[in-house]
Parts: sequence; structure tokens; C-alpha cells
Amino acid sequence: MTLVSRDATRRTKAVRGSVRRPRRPVAGAAALAVAAVVAFPLYWMVLSAFKPAGEIESDRPRPWTLTPTLDSFRRVFGQAEFGRYFLNSVVVAVAVVLASALIAFLAATAVTRFRFRMRTTLLIMFLVAQMVPVEALTIPLFFLMRDAGRLNTLWSLILPHIAFSLPFAIWMLRGFVKAVPEALEEAAYIDGASRARFLWQILFPLVLPGLVATSVFSFISAWNDFLFAKSFIISDISQSTLPMALLVFYKPDDPDWGGVMAASTVMTVPVLVFFVLVQRRLVSGLGGAVKE
Amino acid sequence: MRGRPAPRVAAPPRTPRPPRGRGRTRGAGLTPWLYLAPALVVLGGLLAYPVQQLGVISLFRYTQAQVSGGEPATFQGLGNYRELLADEQFRQVLLTTVLFAAACVVSTLAVGCALAVLLTRVSAVPRLALMLAGLGAWATPAVTGSTVWLLLFDADFGPVNRILGLGDHSWTYGRYSAFLLVLLEVVWCSFPFVMITVYAGIRAVPAEVLEAAALDGASQWRVWRSVLAPMLRPILVVVTVQSVIWDFKVFTQIYVMTGGGGIAGQNLVLNVYAYQKAFASSQYGLGAAIGVVMLLVLLAVTLVYLRLLRRQGEEL
Repeated sequence: MTLVSRDATRRTKAVRGSVRRPRRPVAGAAALAVAAVVAFPLYWMVLSAFKPAGEIESDRPRPWTLTPTLDSFRRVFGQAEFGRYFLNSVVVAVAVVLASALIAFLAATAVTRFRFRMRTTLLIMFLVAQMVPVEALTIPLFFLMRDAGRLNTLWSLILPHIAFSLPFAIWMLRGFVKAVPEALEEAAYIDGASRARFLWQILFPLVLPGLVATSVFSFISAWNDFLFAKSFIISDISQSTLPMALLVFYKPDDPDWGGVMAASTVMTVPVLVFFVLVQRRLVSGLGGAVKE
Repeated sequence: MRGRPAPRVAAPPRTPRPPRGRGRTRGAGLTPWLYLAPALVVLGGLLAYPVQQLGVISLFRYTQAQVSGGEPATFQGLGNYRELLADEQFRQVLLTTVLFAAACVVSTLAVGCALAVLLTRVSAVPRLALMLAGLGAWATPAVTGSTVWLLLFDADFGPVNRILGLGDHSWTYGRYSAFLLVLLEVVWCSFPFVMITVYAGIRAVPAEVLEAAALDGASQWRVWRSVLAPMLRPILVVVTVQSVIWDFKVFTQIYVMTGGGGIAGQNLVLNVYAYQKAFASSQYGLGAAIGVVMLLVLLAVTLVYLRLLRRQGEEL
């Protein structure tokens, strides 16, 4: 994965720059139009969050507002413990991201940099584990958490999400660990580095971009989780997370659209920020993971 | 799982294994297992064990009476499965789930691939715009996306009905229009993964190949079908399988958008059905049996996937 492919990319880029088919303005316009359509729901969400109540519930919805207001946000944050829910969601997501990244890094190192019996079997098991429909496991996990006395605690959300994001994370990180040249490892040992030192001071920083890309997936699955939050946090709502808080405003018969959209905005913005921050690494990470 | 390496896009030549260096072969002994231990403990306890438990629960009559601790669970073998097979609604839901997932997968892939090709043909600004819009849709939590789409298509206050001049047509009332609405939301939030992955893949295709095709006068569609699609096969397999898995398990969108499965359960899919059985009507045994059915279907998909990988000579 070193010289050859890097050379190839350079060549590809050079060719691409000069001889490639001319960029068509029609295609550009089409792309912009699609982008507008795709972004429209998000625009409408933010817009509705700022609209005064009378404008949302009007027969002639307008795609702008001349009198933006924070009323809906006030209602959302005025709801008892909304801040608490937000914090709970953050705790769950951060714990899942950190734990699964660390555990997956170690496991990916084991399966790429060592040859041992059952290595292939393990890899296939990780692949199969990825396919397990986590939703189907709600029932046994419910009993497991109940027997462990973890129902109504954030642990009941954190632990399953770590487990469910691991297989994909290991699978994806494999490519990144593999890309670190073996010569580097040998050089480190020759210079007298211990295994642990190599692992944490050399390999870890090199694989970090891959870890970031991977963590997007674990972050999303933990942050968006609705089913577990709904099933495991049943009586102690102080342990609830954002998706549940959002649905407080959404009553099928008479939804408070302003409140729902304001809460949705609050819930979506952190993920958007996270995505934009890791955007570049995500694209190359996906490419890398797939190519390997 | 190794061997038969097929020619692949930008595949690096396999370097021969160094002969017994201090590198990877040395003292493999316990170290890899030490590194693997945390992962194995977590996966064993929270994935493998629950899967096994799911199977066990599905063989018992397990209802509220047992959960509250009163009665012991009675073993009834395949009773739950027999009940499911006899249940007209279950068969209906299973069929609906398969068709709905298939429709979602096909639409997602078509939109994602088409836009990926489009991305390669536009200049930086539209590309960035489409990428960012896609990332935004992808990043939107399922609950949020569902409520936003409901508002967009709301009979009274939604802009879509105004634009289309549909008056106060209710999208969630009819079975098919409700499914269509959910499908649109699902495609909206899942095509970006396909688009970005396939785009990353196309970028890795050597430009010479595309040029040659263009010089030979191949149309855009022809280039895709005869050049890109075969070269991107490994990537297409990955995104297809991921999409199948995600769409077969749709829960949040159906639950939120159709209010827990639609009028008289007309919009139920397996996941929601299992949830309703288990947590709403406390038939945990039956719910677990539905879970096992889902597991088996997805396992079958996995086996096909492994086969395809192996045929491509993918090294694990």
C-alpha cells in the first residue's frame, strides 16, 4: 500500500487535471439543484424552529420568516430536564465513541499484525456480528440489563452500543492498521522499543485518522438511538436521552411543530458539527476501508 | 479465505512475508489474544450471549406473568414459531418487510450511484454543495428526520402539498402513500453513504480507463455499465449489503412516521411488529421468535455476501 499506489494516485491526478472530459455546466446546475432538494428538509427544520407559532400553523407556509423568534427554543429548554437529557445523550455518545475506538484499535491490531490460529475464523465472526439486527436483541438485552440491575441507567445504553459498533469499527480499522508499513514496526523494535511503546506511541497516532472515521459511525448509532432508550429507560426519566425528549412535543394528534423542530435542531446540530469536522477523513476513510 | 487474488482496482502487489523477522510472526503466542480480549469480552457478553438468549426465549411461553416473577416460563418448543406461521398478519408483515426493504435498497442504490457519477463530473463548488447536503442528511438522526419529513408532508401546514397543489391530502392515511413517505425519508438519509463511498471508489479508478472509454465514444450509461460497475464491484457489494441490512431493520422511521405501524397496523414491518408484540402486548416469547426470523434472514444475506467476497478473492 505504499509506493506503488501513491505513485498511481499522483499519476491519476495529473491526468485528471489536464485531459479529463470538460466539466459540463448542466451537470453542475443539476448537482446544485439536487443539493438544494437534499438540504431543504434541514432548512425547513431550522426555519420552523425560528418561526412564531402562528406562521408554522398556517395554511400558506412561506419558505422564510420576517419575525424570527426563540419562543420554540425557550419552550424546549424550559421543559423540565431538557438539559439533563442533552447531557445524558452526550455522555452516552462520548463513552461509546471512546471505548469502542480503543477496543477496536487493539482488536484490529491483533488481527492485522499477527498471524495466529483462528485469525480468519475471528474475522468472519466479526463480519457476521455486523449483520446481527441489534433491534432483535432488545428483548434478551432487556432481561440481561434487568438481571444486572442496569435498567434505567445510562449503562443500559452505553454497553450495548459499544458492542454493536465494535464489529464494524474493527472491520474498518483493519485497512488503516494494515497500511502502516511493517518496516516501521521492525525499525521500532530494533531501536529497542517495547511492544506497548510501539503500539501507543507509533501505531496509535498513525491510525488516528482511521479512528476518527470509524467513530462517526459509533457516534451516530449512539446519539440517534431511539429503540433502546425507549425500551430500557422506562421508569426513571431523568436518565432519558434526547430522542425521547423530542417526542414529548410530538403528539400524533396535535403536535407542537415549533417545539419538535426546535428540539430537532438542538439534536441535529452536534452531529452536523461532528460530521463537518471529520468530513475529509470520512471520505478518505471510507475509500480506504473499501479498497482494502 | 485467501488465495485466488483477482485483479482489483489499485491493488498493491502482495509483498512476500518476511522470513521470521521480529515483526508479526514472532511470539504471536499470547499477545494477539491479549489485544483481542476486551473486544471478545464485550462481544461475547453483549452480542453472542443475547443472541443465544434470544433463541432460548423464543422457545418459551414468556409473557407478563413470567416477567413479573410469578409463574415459571413454560417450555413449548417451536410453539411460538408455529403460532407465527399460522398468523396471517405475520406472513403479511414478513412479505411487506421484504418488499419495502427491497424498494428502499434499489432506490437508495440508484440515487446514490447516479449522484456519485454526477459528483465526478462537476466542478468543486457544486461538488462541495452536494457533499455537504448529503452529509447533512446522513447526519440527521432518524427521529429528527422522521418528524421533519412529517412536517414537510403535513396535510395542513406542510409545504409539499402546497407546492404540488394537493390540498389537504393526508400522506399517512393511505397504506401505500404512507410507505412512500417513509421510503422517501429512508432514501434521503441513506443515499449519502452510498454516494460518498461509490464516489471514493470512482476516484480510485485510473483515469486512463475512463479516457479510453470516452475516446471510444461510450455514453455515460455505457461507461457506468461496462467499465465502472464491474471495476467497482467490491464497493457495490459492500454498499448493497449494508443497505439491505439497514433497510430490513427500519424501525424508527416507521414507528415515528406512521405512529407505531399505521392505521390498523397497515404499515407494520418486522422490527416494529416484534417490538409491539414484545413490549406492547408483553408476548416476549413471540417477539423473540420474530427476532430469530429476522436474524435468520440477515444471516442468509451474510452468507451470500461472504460468498461474493470469496469469489472476488478478497483477503480477510
